[in-house]
Amino acid sequence: MNLHLKVWRQKNAATKGALVSYEARNIPEDCSFLEMLDLVNEDLLSRGEEPIAFDHDCREGICGMCSLTINGIPHGTSDTTTCQLYMRKFKDGQTIYIEPFRASAFPLLRDLSVNRSAFDRIQQAGGFISAHVGAAPDGNAILVPKTDADHAMEAAACIGCGACAAACPNASAMLFVGAKVTHLASLPQGQPERERRALAMVRRMDAEGFGNCSNYLECEAVCPAEIPALVIGQLNRDYAHALVKESL
Amino acid sequence: MSLNLDSKTPSGPLEKKWEQHKFESKLINPANRRKFEVIVVGTGLAGASAAATLGELGYKVKAFCFQDSPRRAHSIAAQGGINAAKNYQNDGDSVHRLFYDTIKGGDFRSRESNVHRLAEISVSIIDHCVALGVPFAREYGGLLDNRSFGGAQVSRTFYARGQTGQQLLLGAYSALNRQIAAGSVEMFSRTELMDIVLVDGHAKGIVTRDLTNGAIRTWAADCVIMATGGYGNVFYLSTNAKGSNVTATYRAHRRGAAFANPCYTQIHPTCIPVAGDHQSKLTLMSESLRNDGRVWVPKKKGDTRPYSQIPEDERDYYLERKYPSFGNLAPRDISSRSAKEVCDEGRGVGPGGLGVYLDFADSIKRLGEDKIRERYGNLFEMYHQITGENAYNGPMRIFPAVHYTMGGLWVDYNLMSNIPGLFVLGEANFSDHGANRLGASALMQGLADGYFVIPYTIGNYLAPHVGERPSTDHPAFKQTEADVRANIHKLLSIKGKRSVDSFHRELGLIMWDHCGMARTEKSLTRALKRLPELRQEFWQNANVPGENESLNTSLERAGRVADFLEFGELMCMDALTRKESCGGHFREEYQTPDGEAVRNDAEYSHVAAWEYQGEGIAPIRHTEPLTFDNVKLATRSYK
Ligand SMILES: Cc1cc2nc3c(=O)[nH]c(=O)nc-3n(C[C@H](O)[C@H](O)[C@H](O)COP(=O)(O)OP(=O)(O)OC[C@H]3O[C@@H](n4cnc5c(N)ncnc54)[C@H](O)[C@@H]3O)c2cc1C
Ligand code: SF4
Ligand code: FES
Repeated sequence: MNLHLKVWRQKNAATKGALVSYEARNIPEDCSFLEMLDLVNEDLLSRGEEPIAFDHDCREGICGMCSLTINGIPHGTSDTTTCQLYMRKFKDGQTIYIEPFRASAFPLLRDLSVNRSAFDRIQQAGGFISAHVGAAPDGNAILVPKTDADHAMEAAACIGCGACAAACPNASAMLFVGAKVTHLASLPQGQPERERRALAMVRRMDAEGFGNCSNYLECEAVCPAEIPALVIGQLNRDYAHALVKESL
Repeated sequence: MSLNLDSKTPSGPLEKKWEQHKFESKLINPANRRKFEVIVVGTGLAGASAAATLGELGYKVKAFCFQDSPRRAHSIAAQGGINAAKNYQNDGDSVHRLFYDTIKGGDFRSRESNVHRLAEISVSIIDHCVALGVPFAREYGGLLDNRSFGGAQVSRTFYARGQTGQQLLLGAYSALNRQIAAGSVEMFSRTELMDIVLVDGHAKGIVTRDLTNGAIRTWAADCVIMATGGYGNVFYLSTNAKGSNVTATYRAHRRGAAFANPCYTQIHPTCIPVAGDHQSKLTLMSESLRNDGRVWVPKKKGDTRPYSQIPEDERDYYLERKYPSFGNLAPRDISSRSAKEVCDEGRGVGPGGLGVYLDFADSIKRLGEDKIRERYGNLFEMYHQITGENAYNGPMRIFPAVHYTMGGLWVDYNLMSNIPGLFVLGEANFSDHGANRLGASALMQGLADGYFVIPYTIGNYLAPHVGERPSTDHPAFKQTEADVRANIHKLLSIKGKRSVDSFHRELGLIMWDHCGMARTEKSLTRALKRLPELRQEFWQNANVPGENESLNTSLERAGRVADFLEFGELMCMDALTRKESCGGHFREEYQTPDGEAVRNDAEYSHVAAWEYQGEGIAPIRHTEPLTFDNVKLATRSYK
């Protein structure tokens, strides 16, 4: 198939970027979206141009590194990640707009590559259980009901891609933060630091410049890991609870 | 030249070695730990767990990875599970059985002492991960659930849906984050190791490149830990993440670190077959699928009927037929080779006849679709995304693909390489899996190395060297930095016509055809002739555009491919000189009439450790003998 691409090119944060047109020719339908870009890049190279920079690593939908906004939607219209989007979902002759994930807390590095380390800093603020090596009781010492374990797993599946923030009109990271808070709050091991965690993560999120949640639910719609928006409710409850406790 | 390959295996009975070694290891008091700076390169399971634990102990740690976050390391992609000798299922498991299965699975080419330690520690890993909040699968009663994996007859594999690696890595990442917040670990993402710095023969620092702007920096430390993963991408197509590379370990090799058993590569039996030339990587379907899927091909050659029209008695469930006691759970090397065999016979299915069926129809009938969905839902989903086919309605098509590398930098019992002060953890070292790794044992090893081994053994090196950390003003740092800059300059000055990726693809094909699932003296000799030619062409004609001082993905790739091109030769040399078949290394000359591997214990019961001699000069093969006092060397049989 042949496609008309409009790709965001920008040398670095200091220069201005623009959409540039490219033609992608003879693209097999079995190609993934990133393999299509590989072919375009090979073509650019052969013409002495610099290839389009984009982030990727696992190419199987789990590392969360790939991050393209395709026709205005983070990860495109797939129900998974950009790397697991296959060209058979597109029509021959279609025009495709390819832009980076945009959120003020994700500064651009080059072309389609952005800096998402704000997400790491939010996790550093409290996304953990303080268990030191060597001190753990037997793994079966504390029973965890299957439903709780499943609930924790559902939230823990977040791949940290940032699509939720990129899709949100307020660039809110509530789905991402809610996922971690819900994961750990669903397990007995996560209880002791539960409130501290919610407070610290939300404060860090605000400090990083992510916006508020106004329930647009764009995040849930684009999330490749199917994190349910219910985690935001959980986050709000834990946060409110912690605030009350803190003020006592 | 002599190379010190003293394994430092503690004396005493096998079951007591680790206890005794821990007791005899040098301790460093908490106040002194703060005086030591440790560099950890790589923050996958092995590196993140090491950095977090050393930080927790009070060492000052600097950690590096090339992705934009430690959470994205290749470990994230592990699906199936992690082994531990908990015997929660009361099915006869024990530390000794896990030890034995691992030694046997590795085809008697690993160190007894290391493997036994791994089996002992496995138990604590699960406890610690549960404490960190890893959401392992549970039974209704709240107990931890297990599944079985290839090469074992007990259920000892712990899992978190089909995302075990993800959950274990996120656990280690959270522990790492806690230390970053506490100030004991400093994390540098999007930073690639370019070289290690030796001062008076000791590893005392590294040179890195900031991938966002090209800044080259030097870092000094009291010792260096490498946990940079495996080299499967030498084959271009593999199940590894695109960025996985040999650069870190190979550059350490060039500085004197012995590379052990590079030819031991694991070809995983259950991957999605190649769809076309555009393909950039292969996708694994977890081997746990073999618990409930049956592998078959048509009995007739060239049978092009759709699967539904092939009656039961015209199907060959070849693993069940050949290996009745392990059946579909035969170890990886054996399952992969069997798949190659039936395809070579012309009985393969799908495009090009390069595939076999993995069929769930019986299990769905027995357990219901819901149960199968619960166990493997995300894998079926992934299969559907990639192939457009629904595996609930018909069998999957699978084919072997390069997956894991047992070889790696040589390390002693303390996980230190032959370069004093350079430690190597996880897939990057060669230590525990011999010639073949059992499923669900890499995650176990990575976390054992990082959480439970290195925190004890590092003291043995550091304790006598307090206050010896050099400054980066030392001439060795200046020289190594200059070497790194020169190498980058050389790559950018080629200004050739052919893309780096096309060199990598060609390298991969050469390796797959000549040093892949089956190797011969002829194929390896041919590869050894072809590889230097390809390398030469690379340095004359590779197209590496742009400059160093910006985010330049072409330059990143070029550096890695240049190293793979040299490394491929080392692999072929190792394969050529190991004149036996064992585990992942199958030499066609050494097999039984019915195609089983023939080991040669009299001559090859050793680790081959290669010493670098300079570009274009043949490396020297050294050996570390392997002795087996606790198991009887036997022909591996899964019949
Ligand atoms: C698809 C798949 C499924 C698997 N499933 C299982 C399973 O179910 N059970 C199991 O036990 N094993 C499994 N494995 C194997 C297992 O995942 C790996 O062996 C293991 O995770 C390796 O961990 P590691 O920490 O050694 O390295 P990695 O996770 O590969 O981490 C390497 C780290 O080093 C860094 N790095 C690398 N090179 C450089 C450089 N030059 N400069 C700076 N940093 C660098 C990277 O950024 C990364 O942080 C699977 C493997 C694959 C491919
Ligand atoms: S919540 Fe979903 S969209 Fe947001 S970072 Fe996690 S996986 Fe990505
Ligand atoms: S590249 Fe890993 S999720 Fe897309």
